[in-house]
Amino acid sequence: MRRLLYVLPVVVFTVLALFFLKGLTLNPREIPSVLINRPVPEMNLAPLPGRGENSGLTTESLKGRVSLVNIYGSWCISCVQEHPVLMEIKRRGDVPIHAVDWRDDPVLGAAWLKKNGDPYERVGVDPPPGRTAVDFGVTGAPESFIVDKAGIIRYKHVGPISMEIWTRTLLPIIRQLEKQ
Amino acid sequence: MRSLGFARDDTWVAAALVALLLLSAPALAVNPDEMLKDPAQEHRARELGKDLRCLVCQNQSIDDSDADLAKDLRVIVRERIAKGDSDEQVKKFVVDRYGDYVLLKPPFRAGTLALWLGPLALFVGALWAVLAFYRRRPAEQAAPPPPPLSAEERRKLDALLKE
Repeated sequence: MRRLLYVLPVVVFTVLALFFLKGLTLNPREIPSVLINRPVPEMNLAPLPGRGENSGLTTESLKGRVSLVNIYGSWCISCVQEHPVLMEIKRRGDVPIHAVDWRDDPVLGAAWLKKNGDPYERVGVDPPPGRTAVDFGVTGAPESFIVDKAGIIRYKHVGPISMEIWTRTLLPIIRQLEKQ
Repeated sequence: MRSLGFARDDTWVAAALVALLLLSAPALAVNPDEMLKDPAQEHRARELGKDLRCLVCQNQSIDDSDADLAKDLRVIVRERIAKGDSDEQVKKFVVDRYGDYVLLKPPFRAGTLALWLGPLALFVGALWAVLAFYRRRPAEQAAPPPPPLSAEERRKLDALLKE
């Protein structure tokens, strides 16, 4: 009994220290998405000007093929960093990439693609207050979702995709989903 | 007298400025153009906004935050209220998209039991430890009570007290 009283503070300290240590190594930006394994939200987004009538993003247009849905905006700084990777993915023909132009002036969104290159198959405009982005649980741009053939969200990546993240993490998931 | 280089007038100006600062309300993130026309609905939206976490700044509520996403969520919360959603329905709408994380006050359920009861358990434990420590001390250390005063001592004490 008496010995327990001496050991207890050490035990309590150790347990708390382990919790805090774990907390320190977590990334507060990585909020687990509750939308994994749920269907993509209902949406019917208008195309960007100059990209053709049928290039807008709808819930139906995401069915039939595994695809990547990328959230971008002409105002988004990290998107500039990510863009060459998306261009490379398009060049390799790994998977169709679609985009939601989030909280953006569609004219600026289109000009941005003209300047930096257009890796997307479909682009839907989501003007403020960004209802579709909120339906996707988006917390910032860029964010990317892997959507399977049935139109179900299978994976979410927060922040810019690097070539390493693409080949190591995202592409294997996509290849796996394509087999299903 | 001039002290610390302040003239008397400066002191009054400074005091007036401090008083004004104390009187002024904090700046609001909510823009007038976002507000609902019905004051009761707007009040509900404000109260709800205080409970919802801004996903960008994370330790602010959407009611406090100037982030664009917080503004969007405020607008969407107001839309849903105007459509006739109850507070619970609005919260569910946001939680369905962002998870419990978006609630500044986490819900009370099995998974969050440690979060809610942990501090209480720690406090009770600490209280128990302190009580146990002090309750045992007298038994161990208690000295025998001093012998009562002798007649001589009593007489001296009385004499002293009378002085």
